[in-house]
Amino acid sequence: MAYDKFNILRSSAVPLPIENVDTDQIIPARFLKATERKGFGDNLFRDWRYNADDTPKQDFVLNNPIYSGKILVGGKNFGSGSSREHAAWAIYDYGFRCVVSSFFADIFKNNAINVGILPVTVSPEFLDKIFKAIEADPKAELEVSLPDQTITILATGENESFVINGYKKHNLLNGYDDIDYLQSMKEEIKSFAAASKY
Amino acid sequence: MSTTPTTLFDKVWDAHVVRKIEDGPDVFFIDRHFIHEVTSPVAFLGLETRGIGVMFPERTFATADHNTPTINQHMPVKDPLSANQLQALERNTAKYGISHWGLGNPKNGIVHVVGPENGITLPGMTIVCGDSHTSTHGAFGAIAFGIGTSEVEMVLSSQCIMQPKPKKMRITINGKLGKGVVAKDVPLFILSQITASGATGYFIEFAGEVFENMSMEGRMTVCNLSIEMGARGGMIAPDETTFAYLKGKEKAPAGEAWDKALAYWKTLKTDADAKFDLELNFEASQIEPQITYGTNPGLGTGITKHIPKAVEVKDGEASYKKALAYMGFAEDEAILGKKVDYVFLGSCTNGRIEDFRAFASIVKGRKKADNITAWLVPGSHIVEAQIKEEGILDILTEAGFQLRQPGCSACLAMNDDKIPAGKYAVSTSNRNFEGRQGPGARTLLASPLVAAAAAVTGVVTDPRELL
Repeated sequence: MAYDKFNILRSSAVPLPIENVDTDQIIPARFLKATERKGFGDNLFRDWRYNADDTPKQDFVLNNPIYSGKILVGGKNFGSGSSREHAAWAIYDYGFRCVVSSFFADIFKNNAINVGILPVTVSPEFLDKIFKAIEADPKAELEVSLPDQTITILATGENESFVINGYKKHNLLNGYDDIDYLQSMKEEIKSFAAASKY
Repeated sequence: MSTTPTTLFDKVWDAHVVRKIEDGPDVFFIDRHFIHEVTSPVAFLGLETRGIGVMFPERTFATADHNTPTINQHMPVKDPLSANQLQALERNTAKYGISHWGLGNPKNGIVHVVGPENGITLPGMTIVCGDSHTSTHGAFGAIAFGIGTSEVEMVLSSQCIMQPKPKKMRITINGKLGKGVVAKDVPLFILSQITASGATGYFIEFAGEVFENMSMEGRMTVCNLSIEMGARGGMIAPDETTFAYLKGKEKAPAGEAWDKALAYWKTLKTDADAKFDLELNFEASQIEPQITYGTNPGLGTGITKHIPKAVEVKDGEASYKKALAYMGFAEDEAILGKKVDYVFLGSCTNGRIEDFRAFASIVKGRKKADNITAWLVPGSHIVEAQIKEEGILDILTEAGFQLRQPGCSACLAMNDDKIPAGKYAVSTSNRNFEGRQGPGARTLLASPLVAAAAAVTGVVTDPRELL
């Protein structure tokens, strides 16, 4: 599904300074039973966000009204574990458009881009600066520029560049997706398949 | 002809690149695609929305496994949402002419068990599925990995996905595994050494005597857990063990086609002097039966050891303390002797015949401990039939255990097989994440031998004492 275009995102951010946030935490398996891509945001971080009786856990960051924004900032090895794209859908459906970490699990990173979320990998030092900036001011804004491939802490002007390949960048800037591309080369794929070993 | 030495991974990858995109991913051709009820419905919906079809339906194979019940499978599925997903899979596969082994089909079982046991998985193939444990199929010298639902839609509609080529890592382990040390202990040991993100960005080749001497079942267990190391996947070069396993399998080549395939498969190995981006070496003698104590598979250790102190682990201190608090454990405690409530034998990691043989070897002539609830779930109907044929069921029944019906079951607790909050489970599955086996459930990952030892003693026990 082609998605929203991504250009420059300026927003406050929600901090989640925990390492190895796995996709079972992002969306537990019991919420994967839908046959449509709808409503996953309600169950984002379900078991960290709600008690067993569905009352909110007050100490979890998504339940703290001082934090808000379209950028989620997570600890190292974000999105490990299951390949469930539902994790990216839940993050998107909740309202995030960008996830920042010092290290992403491979499958999650692909899934994020495929649904129109920009995963931004920063150095551990810069990640720490972002967490400190948000700690100092929960409304501290970040600016993520896809054209320039930079992320900036606006309060201090500190910034870092990030890597994304030219193909994916072009897709995100224009709201194109891989299926559009693959559909355009079906004849080439057919010839390849005809010559393949299996 | 002089050529640059290449790795097994390069040989298979490069043979599947349809187009290289400059400053972008490779357009990567997929030989075999597995689908199941949970991660495919939205992909089929996407096809309909776009008005496009399935390009090569004969290259996709469906089985129902993730949310299926493991008792009374002949009855209608009670959970309406699960039933809806199962019906969607049936409807979608019928509409596009895709093979479907649904609930009740004698070929039904966990996707990563049924693919290999029916000869759908072959050396040199590229294999994907909307499930991270697709890495299992790498045991045959295939490049196999998990994908998201958008990519499932890509494979259905074009038989390709867009993939940047990962870096290459080789993990070599020589020597002979000790008594009571089995395939599962090897990747759990590697995980304890390199952490759950130690191989992120890499594709692993497992090499050395330990893997050469393993059965195909053992190799599948190893490759299955490569994703837990963060790797895209793991693979092992095919050899006589691989060929013997495949010979005569229903969908494996036969006759002249077999000879031709065999000649090709024998070329699938890493050349001497081929370069890897990273090489790691361990010795078999370093490995004892393993068990995890934390909330990611990298937080494990030898069963006779104490839980490490925060300063000794590579994970951040806050994350480590969070993990121990969730588990109800403290630093430097002994793991042996800890009380266990549940035992789960099964999953795509350890739901094969060899795993049931191992479990039976310990419980034979003993009795299930009274405090233990045990769920023994075969990976497929074919495994279930073997368990009965080999007399393993009699041993299990005599020891007070029951056998359930095939499915993913308590590995991810999408069906009713949920470990209650606060309870401890010794599980042969692959993930000990918070809530993975049910909200609040506490998982200790281990081998079928360690699971059996816990099942008959009621506590974490070194299986070597019972062998």
